[in-house]
Amino acid sequence: MIIKGKVWKYGDNVNTDVIFPGKYTYTITEPEEMAKHALEDLDSNFTKEVKKGDVIVAGRNFGCGSSREQAATCLKYAGVGAIVAKSFARIFFRNSINQGLLVIQCKEAVENISSDEIITIDFEKGKLSCKKGIFNFPPLSESVLGILNDGGLIPHTRRILGIK
Amino acid sequence: MGKTFAEKILALKSGKESISIGEIVTVSPDAVMSHDNAAAISKKFKQIGVNKVIHPERIVIPLDHCVPAATEKYALNHKVIREFVQEQGIKNFYDINTGVCHQVLPEKGHTLPGTLVLGSDSHTTTYGAFGAFAAGIGRSEVASIWATGKIWLKVPETIKINIEGEIPKGVYPKDIILYIIGDLGADGALYKAVEFSGKVVRDMSVGGRMTLCNMAAEMGAKIGYVEPDEKSIQWLASRTEKEYKIVKSDADAEFERIIDYDISGLEPQIACPHTVDNVKPVSDVMGTKINQALIGTCTNGRIEDLKIASDILQGKKISRNVRLLVFPASMEVFAEAMEKGIFQELVKSGAVIMNPGCGPCLGAHEGVLAPGEVCLSTANRNFKGRMGCKEAKVYLASPATVAASSLYGEITDVRRCLK
Repeated sequence: MIIKGKVWKYGDNVNTDVIFPGKYTYTITEPEEMAKHALEDLDSNFTKEVKKGDVIVAGRNFGCGSSREQAATCLKYAGVGAIVAKSFARIFFRNSINQGLLVIQCKEAVENISSDEIITIDFEKGKLSCKKGIFNFPPLSESVLGILNDGGLIPHTRRILGIK
Repeated sequence: MGKTFAEKILALKSGKESISIGEIVTVSPDAVMSHDNAAAISKKFKQIGVNKVIHPERIVIPLDHCVPAATEKYALNHKVIREFVQEQGIKNFYDINTGVCHQVLPEKGHTLPGTLVLGSDSHTTTYGAFGAFAAGIGRSEVASIWATGKIWLKVPETIKINIEGEIPKGVYPKDIILYIIGDLGADGALYKAVEFSGKVVRDMSVGGRMTLCNMAAEMGAKIGYVEPDEKSIQWLASRTEKEYKIVKSDADAEFERIIDYDISGLEPQIACPHTVDNVKPVSDVMGTKINQALIGTCTNGRIEDLKIASDILQGKKISRNVRLLVFPASMEVFAEAMEKGIFQELVKSGAVIMNPGCGPCLGAHEGVLAPGEVCLSTANRNFKGRMGCKEAKVYLASPATVAASSLYGEITDVRRCLK
């Protein structure tokens, strides 16, 4: 899978409350509606300007805080093609995979990418190209890749159970 | 070389002789918790295309996040859950008169030593206080477990945190864990199991251990853990008839790190806006005006928390500029607080006693903030917008510090109120 898009760069510890505020967690149920509130309390321009395939690049511990899956869902449905971070909070990482959203851990790339530049990611080859060069990132483990390749955990579970 | 608790329990639950750090294993959890988000999970479960959950007896659902329902949407959400548990024969359903999930699961005997408990809530780590392996997961994962009974987990490395010394006056388990989070940072234990030990933890009440394990999530930990002892076994004794087997780290287990803290010189701690690791000693932020004070939540809504607050407030009136909200963590706590006359003291001081539940902690209802307002809370999170308004500020502290501060209308060193 090749992702090419504009970079939205943020800092360390971007938490799930600023990605998708808690006050919406039980009132908004449709993914398209969730997308309208993506990063609402962090960057008010994001939902106005984000384009399909854009990439979020962030520092350490992206997605820390709540277990709310909507934090991954809202970004996916807002069009985010991938998130590149120095590290991810563990539940957010799982939620992203389970929603079929690409997450890439690559500290070196993050340090060399600037906001607004266009970057290209070849997920299968583990290569990220930006203005300052090409960076390699390690592949995900096989079982995790299996979920991603099935399009997320729900379709993956259907396949495992042999439900067409 | 010996094994850690995390390695041993994941080997046990995956049916393997031996497993190694970093390995991904498929496990069958003993209990899986969801709360108000069970409605959304039931929708995902139906998308899978299975008619019946595989192990109804392992599913636990307390309603707590917005109880009683604040709006029609929340009411509908609860209705969907009540219908689903009925249809699926889920007996471990606890309606709005029970309490916060992380208090209710231990009280109802669902978090026994040596068990594996997963929950669609980040503070599921709380149950490690009883020697369970308890971690937070997402909604789709719970739906998938309902259908298959299984899930993948990665075997974590373990950080051992030894807490030694004598607890100083005015310092409580909340101050200790805030200090540790401030020291290690919001990702200081990312992906790791955290084992709390040392004299201070051994001497600590079960409630205090729950506070430590609850907030382990705030430094990125996968689980918190305290080795079961007489105290925790006694606490559970009247709450379960099930047999269980204690699992603990071997004496020669290999830890990723061992961190020692001596808390003898610690002063009360405050987590300042807008991150939990932005922790300062109370002397640095004393005098900060507050509009609302909150005592309760899964972090600090237990009987000992309400008791210390009422001891501090006894015979005094809170500041006229402060609203003090008290949320007991469960109906069991509520009943005990009534019996002991704790509520009488709190009400006489000017507190508003609320029903057991999460209250305004996640910004849904029952005391959300207005722009420019400041809340001092015993909860576990102070992220921007957390209590419903991104132009408000949330500080975190112990129940004692919150009670003392509500008297003066500003962040206060609780030691001035203690004899």
